[in-house]
Parts: sequence; C-alpha cells; structure tokens
Amino acid sequence: MKRYVVMVAYAPGDWESASPEQRQEYFDAHHAFERYVDEHGSRLASGALCGADTATTVGPGHGDERVVTDGPFVELAEQIGGYYDVELPDLDRAIAAARLLPATYTVEIRPVLAIEGYESA
Amino acid sequence: MSADEVLAQTVRQEWGRLVALLLGQFRRLDLVEDALGDAVEAAARRWPADGAPAAPAAWLLTAARRRVVDRLRAEAMAQRKEPLLVVEATRPAAAGAVMADPGGLVEDDLLRLVLLCCHPSLAPEVAAALALRLVVGVGTADIARLFLVPEPTMAARITRGKRKIVAAGIPYGVPGAEVLPDRLRTVAQVGYLAFTAGYAPGSGPDLLRADLAGAAVGLVRVTLGMRPGEPVLRALLALMLLQHARRDARVGADGSLVLLPDQDRSLWRADEVAEGLTLLSELAPGPDPLVESYRLQAVVAAAHVTAPTADATRWDLVCDAYAALERVNPSPAVRLAAAVAVAERDGPAGGLAALQGLDEALPGSHRVPAVRGELLARLGRDAEAAEALDLAVARCGNEVERAHLEARRAGLSAAGGR
Repeated sequence: MKRYVVMVAYAPGDWESASPEQRQEYFDAHHAFERYVDEHGSRLASGALCGADTATTVGPGHGDERVVTDGPFVELAEQIGGYYDVELPDLDRAIAAARLLPATYTVEIRPVLAIEGYESA
Repeated sequence: MSADEVLAQTVRQEWGRLVALLLGQFRRLDLVEDALGDAVEAAARRWPADGAPAAPAAWLLTAARRRVVDRLRAEAMAQRKEPLLVVEATRPAAAGAVMADPGGLVEDDLLRLVLLCCHPSLAPEVAAALALRLVVGVGTADIARLFLVPEPTMAARITRGKRKIVAAGIPYGVPGAEVLPDRLRTVAQVGYLAFTAGYAPGSGPDLLRADLAGAAVGLVRVTLGMRPGEPVLRALLALMLLQHARRDARVGADGSLVLLPDQDRSLWRADEVAEGLTLLSELAPGPDPLVESYRLQAVVAAAHVTAPTADATRWDLVCDAYAALERVNPSPAVRLAAAVAVAERDGPAGGLAALQGLDEALPGSHRVPAVRGELLARLGRDAEAAEALDLAVARCGNEVERAHLEARRAGLSAAGGR
C-alpha cells in the first residue's frame, strides 16, 4: 500500500452558492470516493478546510524572525479546499478514486514520503 | 553474423523484453537499466573472443540478473533500502523466471513496461524519453539529440521520470479492459511525439534525425504487436511508415534538404510503403478524433508515396484530407500545410488566399513567409517574393533550411527580381 494525500481545489464560493440539490451531489461524490478508498485501501484522515481568506501564513526563519501574514501560501484562483490522507495500492487506484470527487474540483495527488530514521515524537 | 552484430541485433530486438523481465523479478527501476547496460558491455568484451552464445538474450538476462543480485547484496550489507516499484498483488509468482518461451508471460511483461513509461501522470516528453530508453533501448545521448536538448538535460529528465514512477506509485501492471484503450491512446500520443521530434528541424546542421524517429516506430510496432486490434496504434503505424519510408531521400549527399518534388523516389522504402498502405486500407473513417487525425495524415502521406512523379500527385486527395483534418484538429500548422496543398491543386493565387490570417496565428514562424515567398515567385511577383523570403531567412533557425531559402532568394535576384 502507498500513502497519498489527495488535495482538492475549487473556486471560492462554489460551495456557499450551491443549492441544496447541488450540495447533495457534492455529498454523493465524496461518499463514492470514500467507498472506493475503503474498498481498495483505507482512509487515514480527511478534512474540509475553511476558505483561503481565513488562512494565516507563517514565513521561514527562526522563532521571532518568522513573519506572520494574512492569507495562504500563494494567491491563486483556486485554493486547497480539503484533503484526504489515504492508503491505496498504487497511483492508478488513486486516480480512479479522484475521478469520483465532485466535478468542479481540481484534484492533486501527492505521495507521502516515508523519511527513513524519523520517528514521530 | 559476427559476435558484434549478434549483440547489436539482440539489444535492438530484446532490450525492452529484458528490461521488462528484470523489472518483473526485481522491481528496482534504479538498478535494472544499469545492470542490463553492464551486461551488454560485458558481452561486447567477451563475445568476440568466446563467440556469441547460442541464446544471446538469455545470456544477457543471466548476466544482468547476476549484477542486480550483487547490487542487492551490497545494499543489504549497507542496510540501504530503495523503494520498490508497485507491482500488482495478483502478479504470478513465476514472472520473469523463464526466457525460453518468448510468448505469453513475457509479452505481458513488455506491455506493463510500455504502459509504465507512457503513464498519463508523466509529462509527455518525460514519457517519450523513458519509453525510448527502457522499451527501445535508445541511448541517452541519442534521445537528447532527438529532442534537441543537451545530454545532461535529457539524463536529468529520465532520472526524474524514474523517480516519479517509484515515488508516485505508478503501477507495473496492465489495467482492466475499461481503462486499457485509453492508456494505449496515451502510448500512441507518446510515440507520435517522439516520431515528430525526429522530423522537427534542429537549430544546427543536424537537420533530420530520422534514424531516431525510427525508434518511435519501434515503440508503436512493439505495442501493436501485443494489442494488434487497436485502431489508434494501427492508424499511427500507417502514418509513421508512410512518412518514414521517404527518409533516405530527404537529405542530399552534401547534407542539404531535398524537398518532396525533388526527391529520388527510388530511395523510398517500398516494403514500408506497402505495409503502411495495407494498414491504411483496413482503416475506415471513424468518430475518434485522435485515430482520425492519424488516419488523415496517413492519407496525405499515402498520396505522396504512391505518386509515380511529383507532378502526378493527387493534390485533390491531399486537399480533401487536409480539409477533413482541419475539422478534426484545427491548428495553424494544419492550415499552413493545407494552403500549400491548395496552391498545388488550384495554383499559387489560391494558395496565397489560403495563407490569410496565418501570420497572426504563427507569429515569428519562418514557414509562413517562406511559403508566401515561393508562391509569389511562382506568380512572377519577384519583388514581393524577395521581401517574403528575406523575412523567412531572417527568422529561420535551421542552417540547412536557411541555405535552401537563401538559394531560392538568390535565384530571384539573378533573374532580375528587383
């Protein structure tokens, strides 16, 4: 099994402006994704994120050198709106799962790096 | 055959299978290619002295396996672990165990390798480089030459591709029937990219790298051999063969570009033409735009290679094919080619009219003014022709092509153009 973080991006306001029927379609698509992952692997974690306008970015540096700014890493038309942390056999399964997500989403699949010698504190 | 020839032929014919078998057994993309390269080097040293073995591919496989095992032992000693290639859990355990039977299992391994290299999650130029390297066995230097990039750039591209395959978990497997046709379309697109790269004029004297385009033909042939019914591969192979059959006639003895009307038609490869025409005759027009795009390009190429002389070319058929191609695949390059065909069918004035709007669509291209200059010259409008050709010469980055344009321009002046 390989571990992937599946990040979804969509235009701000898509969700807020969705009708109840459209929201149900979103739910159905997420359920289809989740069922697919459960069938072929497992879900480790997931979350829907608040809008990028609520993000706070903490810059690089040591301690107090880090500059705190309002907003996400990069201002883009689409922002990361949620993620799934999953285990699946391979990239083809991850792509097949991603295809089930709501049609308005752009989806990025990132393999999770196993860092040798690192153990969580 | 000498030992060297046996080795060259074995590498040419068996490289992809050997890589596929080794990957199936060891799943280590990082080790397999080096090990096989070492085995070929060892063969180059030993076969001329000892004589070529009776089963040369098996010899290479055994030597490469031994090298992989040595490396794995060394790593185990050093406690270093590299991530493995993802292989389907259902994979038969015996995979890669035998070389005696070149059918069944082995073919399936080779298809896995083709699909691995041509995965849609890889950038097309990365996929093309990987496929030429791993499936066809083309050296990195030659792949770099094909794509007109420095060798270190190409080496880095191949390395990056291999790293992504392993890190992203691209599977070494054959997907289900519902996905496979789409994956084979990707293989076709990768093959087409590599093929057209061989015919893209370079910026230096290396005008045509057609011998390298032949490697792309090899990739498509190998894949079609495993999935003979696939229309997209059949259409693409037809197109490739009908264009590639003319390669020997395209460059003159002095390295100069020889245009289609001036080519020595006896240099065209009759066997490849025949094979391409047979493939084409079996393809009916269809709804799939990709297949149709390849098929129509093959129709154009067929009109050229079947004309006994340049004057006898059926330009009406060429124009019809381009008109259809413009509907399937509307691009400025197709419109430019269509304008050239219209000029041949209807005369230079018709061609000039068909060039309308292409300057805006292809800004900075030398091809539009080159064609315009040629058509104006045919109409006897030498001053305007000279102006267009000057612009084409100024824009042209390829030495051989520029020499051709300059000669045309000089011809005008000599004739009292202005």
